[in-house]
Amino acid sequence: MRAPLSWLAEDVDLPAGTTAQQVADALLRVGFETEGVHIPPATEGLLVVGVVRTIEELTGFKKPIRWCTVDVGPGNGPDGGDAPRGIICGARNFAVGDHVVVALPGTVLPGGFEIASRQTYGHVSDGMICSVRELGIGTEHEGILVLDPDAPVGADARGLIGADDGVVELAVTPDRGYALSIRGLARETGAALDVPFRDEAAARSAALPAREHPAWPVTVEDEQGCARFVAVRVQGVDPSAPSPWWLRRRVQAAGIRSISLAVDITNYVMVGWGQPLHAFDAGRLRGGITVRRARPGETLRTLDGTVRRLAGDDLVVADESGAVSLAGVMGGESTEISGSTDDVLLEAAWWDPAAISRTARRHKLPSEASRRFERAVDPAVAAAAAEYAAELLVRYGGGEITGRTDVGRVPVLPSVQLPLSEPERLTGRSYEPAVIAHRLEQLGAVVTSAGRSLTVLPPSWRPDLSRPADLVEEVARVDGYDDLPSVLPAAPPGTGLTAEQQRHRRIAADLASAGLTEVLSFPFVGSADLDRLGLPAGDARRRSATLSNPLDADRPAMATTLLPGLIDAAVRNLSRGARDLALFEIAQVVLPRADQPAPPALPVDRRPTDAELRRLSSSLPLQPQHVAAVLCGDVDPAGWWGPGRAASWGDAVELARRVGAVAGVELRVTAASVAPWHPGRCARISVGDWPVGYAGELHPAVCERYGLPPRSCALELDLDALPLPAPPRGPRISPFPPVRLDVAVVVPAAVPAGDVTAALRDGGGPLLESVRLFDVYTGDQVPEGSVSLAFALVVRAPDRTLTAAEAVQVRDAAVAAAQDRTGATLR
Amino acid sequence: MSTHPTGDPTTGATTPPDPTDADAVDAALRAGLLAVERAADLDELKAVRLAHAGDRSPLALANRAIADLDRDRRAEAGRAVGAARGRLRAAITDRTEILTALRDEEVLVAERVDVTLPYGRHPAGARHPVATVMEQVGDIFTAMGWEIADGPELEAEWYNFDALNFGPDHPARAMQDTFYVQPQGGPSAGGSSGLVLRTHTSPVQIRTMMDRTPPIYVVCPGRVYRSDELDATHTPVFHQVEGLAVDRHLDMRHLKGTLDHFARAMFGPTSRTRLRPSFFPFTEPSAEMDVWFAGRKGGAGWVEWGGCGMIDPDVLRACGLDPSVYSGFAFGMGIERTIQFRHDISDMRDLVEGDVRFTAAFSAPTGADPAAVAAEGI
Repeated sequence: MRAPLSWLAEDVDLPAGTTAQQVADALLRVGFETEGVHIPPATEGLLVVGVVRTIEELTGFKKPIRWCTVDVGPGNGPDGGDAPRGIICGARNFAVGDHVVVALPGTVLPGGFEIASRQTYGHVSDGMICSVRELGIGTEHEGILVLDPDAPVGADARGLIGADDGVVELAVTPDRGYALSIRGLARETGAALDVPFRDEAAARSAALPAREHPAWPVTVEDEQGCARFVAVRVQGVDPSAPSPWWLRRRVQAAGIRSISLAVDITNYVMVGWGQPLHAFDAGRLRGGITVRRARPGETLRTLDGTVRRLAGDDLVVADESGAVSLAGVMGGESTEISGSTDDVLLEAAWWDPAAISRTARRHKLPSEASRRFERAVDPAVAAAAAEYAAELLVRYGGGEITGRTDVGRVPVLPSVQLPLSEPERLTGRSYEPAVIAHRLEQLGAVVTSAGRSLTVLPPSWRPDLSRPADLVEEVARVDGYDDLPSVLPAAPPGTGLTAEQQRHRRIAADLASAGLTEVLSFPFVGSADLDRLGLPAGDARRRSATLSNPLDADRPAMATTLLPGLIDAAVRNLSRGARDLALFEIAQVVLPRADQPAPPALPVDRRPTDAELRRLSSSLPLQPQHVAAVLCGDVDPAGWWGPGRAASWGDAVELARRVGAVAGVELRVTAASVAPWHPGRCARISVGDWPVGYAGELHPAVCERYGLPPRSCALELDLDALPLPAPPRGPRISPFPPVRLDVAVVVPAAVPAGDVTAALRDGGGPLLESVRLFDVYTGDQVPEGSVSLAFALVVRAPDRTLTAAEAVQVRDAAVAAAQDRTGATLR
Repeated sequence: MSTHPTGDPTTGATTPPDPTDADAVDAALRAGLLAVERAADLDELKAVRLAHAGDRSPLALANRAIADLDRDRRAEAGRAVGAARGRLRAAITDRTEILTALRDEEVLVAERVDVTLPYGRHPAGARHPVATVMEQVGDIFTAMGWEIADGPELEAEWYNFDALNFGPDHPARAMQDTFYVQPQGGPSAGGSSGLVLRTHTSPVQIRTMMDRTPPIYVVCPGRVYRSDELDATHTPVFHQVEGLAVDRHLDMRHLKGTLDHFARAMFGPTSRTRLRPSFFPFTEPSAEMDVWFAGRKGGAGWVEWGGCGMIDPDVLRACGLDPSVYSGFAFGMGIERTIQFRHDISDMRDLVEGDVRFTAAFSAPTGADPAAVAAEGI
């Protein structure tokens, strides 16, 4: 919202010398963020109003040139006399008798352009007739600026052109529709600076001129959508009458393009009072007006030339031919004001904010009008706004006001009881009752004392003031937040991080210690990403939640796995010259349930029941926290100490085990064959028999498709599937010496070493303290298709020193179990 | 080697000394002591010990000869020989100690290496600054007894909007740039899924108020989504931390006090906050919050940090809390934005692209925390 200082100053008594920046600062303190303070660039020297006396068209030059004499007032003529000045001008949009802005010699226009008397086109040009752009007050540059005929000749033109008029540009929060107007901002400025405010709109509403005739037959079928509809008719308007300069300047300063007299006036009243108006060409309306919802299949060609298919929820203004305006959003082309319109019907209405909001969104048509209607406009000033606009139209375009129609009524807002203690209860600052009342009155409320509370009648433009808390905010914000005391509240003793939160932190810290760098990737994926990972059709990770409005149409789905994001990050790093990479991420993934019910509609005026909340929960996808890592290139770098070591499947599996160790969970590793991993180098990671993830070398085709170094590795685990460990029991440490035995067994190569290890452990019983595989051998010494596994066993008893014979017994029992379960033979 | 017992010029004797001949015993002792003194290293000393104190050494032989003496001469001879052997053994022990120390010193010198050789065999990893700042915030608040709450990122509209007092058609809802989730069965299934990617972590506040009874003091850090294109100052995926306190007798002073404490913990002891009136559907009164940051680029000053306010009575009611009994405050700020101004990062993309060089820089030694340094500077 752009507010010229001079416009604000018409409604509020600004202290002399108040600058635009000071107004912006005052409004900032009451809740309007400054988006800009625009000060026109300075002109040094004299700018005066002149009147063109003669024009001589010069010919024989490349372009048409005019030699003019301009009366610039007593004492402003050549040599300080009263005579007109001779001025050469290239523009042609003016005539004898027009009032213009003249920069006299010695004046420096914005941009350092100094005016001097000079010989040109065979004449001495003794000053310059200025355009809006040359004056630095706008971008209009088609011709020079023609002032209104009442501009006093010889006077300083600065005030007239707004050369010193700053414009404050403010962000208005969506609860304050009233502030999308000079009226609203002037009121706020008055309250912020504690200076008087004059409410012109209210004054005119209170003194509406009587009209004998209705303007037009109007039927409001939908009173909920349209609480008030006012129409004022002006007949006999001169369609060619231009907008006066002051009007153009005002709407342009407010950031709106000047179009025509009728349109400029409606925009002027909208910016000034906050009431959007629509102007119909009454000559093109067919029969009476009906305000209703759109009919099925109804269409409307709007002012922008687009044919719009209307929905049953859209409010329209219709005549007998059908919809002629998308109410509160955009007018229709068929009744648009044209260059020949002399019969104008002005509409000022109050539309249901929710309906306007839905329509503007549905048709993607945000407009100056819809922005105001969806934030609620003041229904009390509708008639006065239409009358004011009609009056201006008659003043500058001629004709007469021939009638007014006013259907509906101004809803009365309910009063609010504000306990005098409430402001202090919420803000912690005490306010005198008089201060509370004064602040609310400054904002337009009617306040009466009712013992220990105030009865507050909110003004018609503040439907948002419906509860004591709303009033407290008004009092506190206008009085200022700067003096709020600062007191640190004492929370009751807490229990710190939850076990899951601690686990998350420890795992992240451990992976970083292990040399991995944390990445926070975007969780958006598309089918191409999953194809690149080689996930087969029907893979559970292809069942994803999809966004209706993704930023990237190729990635509309929420990730079910962290790997696409991590691999993308790896590829980005590689493309920037990185060679060896170890990345990890811990984040939620989104796993839709097979039959996810739609969420129930829940109330907000009470706490939903537990059953309702459970139903709501079951409508959400599962969103477990995953941890994933990608390893590319060397994990152990090369150096002067020797060659490096490339990341291998084993590093991925070891990282998975590390995560398990940090989480206090023993993870089981078994062979698996799952995309995107190498089918022969993929480990399923389980807790007991419950798979929680996979680790290993990526499939060569995956590396190829992504451009990852060959044999890159990855892992992904579902952290939420890891049970929280019970507190460990203190171990019983045996003080007796161990017996160490090595044993080598031969098994078919297809037998997983993990199975052999488990069999040995089970067979060895409680005296077998540990089993460690230390060598894997294939070659001449073992049969083709077999492998020799060498284990170091530690045998120990808790209560005595074992004899060698006892230890051998344990070993033999372990080997027997391995033989039994895996076909292992002692080598 | 010059320590062979026989024909050694230093012993002056080729036969064992007579144990009763004091001079001879003394000569053997002196010969031994001299040899010990001259032994230059542990190997030489070992030979000297064999020659002068070993089983075949003159003194050992003299000792053995005592047994052949008359009974009345044995005692005196025994004392003399024993004393000589004792002295020699002590001399050997002393010399062993000296020579061992010498040897050790030489070994250590020989084993010297160039310790300035680079030794990067275990490259460091790094936590992402967004993650570490969220942990820092969590630590600041848990130190005050607050707890940390989390929740799902794909969230029911009811939690993300309705319960937070966003009316179904209120412009504030449209201003959130929300990612909507398609109904299951795709867009053709029609209707709305009622699910969104959470636009803020505020739904966690609602979940917390549903789950717990006051007093409630929690912070909710987490990932949130807005449908903004990625550029230097926006990212569609970012992180927030929100705080929520619900108790009897909480008012705006407590909000301000909490924010001031938080600001000092994040930006140094000179930091503080300033509130400006604003609007959020879920708070009333609402405020924007600026923080005084001594290290601000271009000089100490106010920086926009987040939003806050007293929890709207309608929100309390939707959570089953009586607004006439309980009051509370809430605040929230963006983690990326906090990092951007605290660490002078001009381009948001650096925080989201996962370039390891960027992330590593936050773990690299810089001497001190930039915010702390800046705070010291004023």
